[in-house]
Amino acid sequence: MKFRTLLRHFRESFKNIGRNGWMTFASVSAVTVTLTLVGVFLVLMMNLNHIAGNVEKDVEVRAHIDNAANDDDIKAIGKQITEINGIESVIFSPKDEELTNLIDDLGDNGEAFKPFEQDNPLRDVYVIKTKSPQDVIKVAKKIEGMEYIQSVKYGQGYVEKLFSFVNIARNIGIVLIVGLLFTAMFLISNTIKITIVARRKEIEIMRLVGATNTFIRWPFFLEGLWLGVLGSIIPIGLIAVLYYNLYKYAAPQITFKFIDFLPANPFIYQVSAILIVIGAVIGIWGSLMSVRKFLKV
Amino acid sequence: MIEMIDVKKTYPNGVIAINGINVKIKPGEFVYVVGPSGAGKSTFIKMMYREEKPTSGNILVNGVSLPSIRNSKVPLFRRNIGMVFQDFKLLQTFTAYENVAFAMEVIEKEPEEIKKRVMEVLDLVGIKHKARMLPSELSGGEQQRVAIARSIVNDPKVVIADEPTGNLDPETSWEIMNIFEEINKRGTTLVMATHNRDIVNNIKRRVIAIESGKIVRDEHRGDYGYEI
Repeated sequence: MKFRTLLRHFRESFKNIGRNGWMTFASVSAVTVTLTLVGVFLVLMMNLNHIAGNVEKDVEVRAHIDNAANDDDIKAIGKQITEINGIESVIFSPKDEELTNLIDDLGDNGEAFKPFEQDNPLRDVYVIKTKSPQDVIKVAKKIEGMEYIQSVKYGQGYVEKLFSFVNIARNIGIVLIVGLLFTAMFLISNTIKITIVARRKEIEIMRLVGATNTFIRWPFFLEGLWLGVLGSIIPIGLIAVLYYNLYKYAAPQITFKFIDFLPANPFIYQVSAILIVIGAVIGIWGSLMSVRKFLKV
Repeated sequence: MIEMIDVKKTYPNGVIAINGINVKIKPGEFVYVVGPSGAGKSTFIKMMYREEKPTSGNILVNGVSLPSIRNSKVPLFRRNIGMVFQDFKLLQTFTAYENVAFAMEVIEKEPEEIKKRVMEVLDLVGIKHKARMLPSELSGGEQQRVAIARSIVNDPKVVIADEPTGNLDPETSWEIMNIFEEINKRGTTLVMATHNRDIVNNIKRRVIAIESGKIVRDEHRGDYGYEI
């Protein structure tokens, strides 16, 4: 295709947006409404996922070492643990450090434990993080079987519930987003289809005078693209402003340690990019699918 | 040149539109296709520009065997023939000029050439002064002139017209016929389906009459032959 022809297609696609004013308005509105919904869910889901990830990250395995183990034994255990698949880090925490941490964590109440500094009843501990939080249980089981391990703790009972909750939440989120995207696709492609059915005569005439299918498709392809991009402007603006303010003013009020929202700075841009791409893809897809019907390919 | 060999056409609903037609139209000929409504005239014409495919038999237009070309190649074939319809088939959002220019744009002609040639044919059909108007701002006769200009802008060897005067008053019809005669004089083959007995009886040309899907009459300088 000649460059001049490509320019012609661009010019034509812009002209068509004006020539079909009301139809353009209908299509853009459909894109706007659905993308706003998709955008809101996307923001919710991505934050939920982020929070869930944070919670999961805090999960660790604590292997308590029997006092009977000497320094060499302890080193050997450390080496064995490191060799387990899926381990991210293994940190040795001697019992003195454990006691100091305990006293610090308890604040004023910690004073009561001060006397134990002379005769520490705690044990040396290996703190293990796994690459994937889901591996915690498996790793804990393996460590339990090792020599000189007195006990293994990873928040038994609590961790399993947390994981299943996070999994359910994630799956529901994915289903919702996918469902919404499909709804959006059908709603938008249907609206575009109506606008193109109104122009079937135009396509018929183009074919009569010898326009190839590719030639006919180009302006429609571009038009779909513009419709999608135009339709994503309002949702992006809306979500950017709302999220920015939410992050700036509302988020600091929430003081739970593990509830931490995605920072507005890269996140708003990411969501905007996702929305604009979804809008463009849906616009192009809807437009080309509708034209296809009249091209007799 | 147009040639039909043993052409039959049965529609999916069982209607037999064309039932064995053999015909040859030589380059530069002017042919009327006449016959009562529902006789198969439209199907006959539509098969010539590959809007319909025959069920059996072969059709050759400008050396191209129409039943065997793929759908995607149909537009390329149509670039070599001009078409004129009863309902003009103009793009309503395009001006007269743009409608004619479009037929040149699709074959990627140079802009200067397009400008020159479009104005030339608009002048030939006598509508140059209304080049910037939309079809809705033109009369029926004027719209048909634009359609004719579009059909000849790429210098086709064949022009096919399906009831071109069907929507026009008698006076305008004569003006349109003058243009067609002019085009034919320049060597373009012209096939025209019509119900207009005055035209057929006054501008004497070859007449092919179709009834019940068959050619019942083919005369060198024929009459319309039907009483209305």
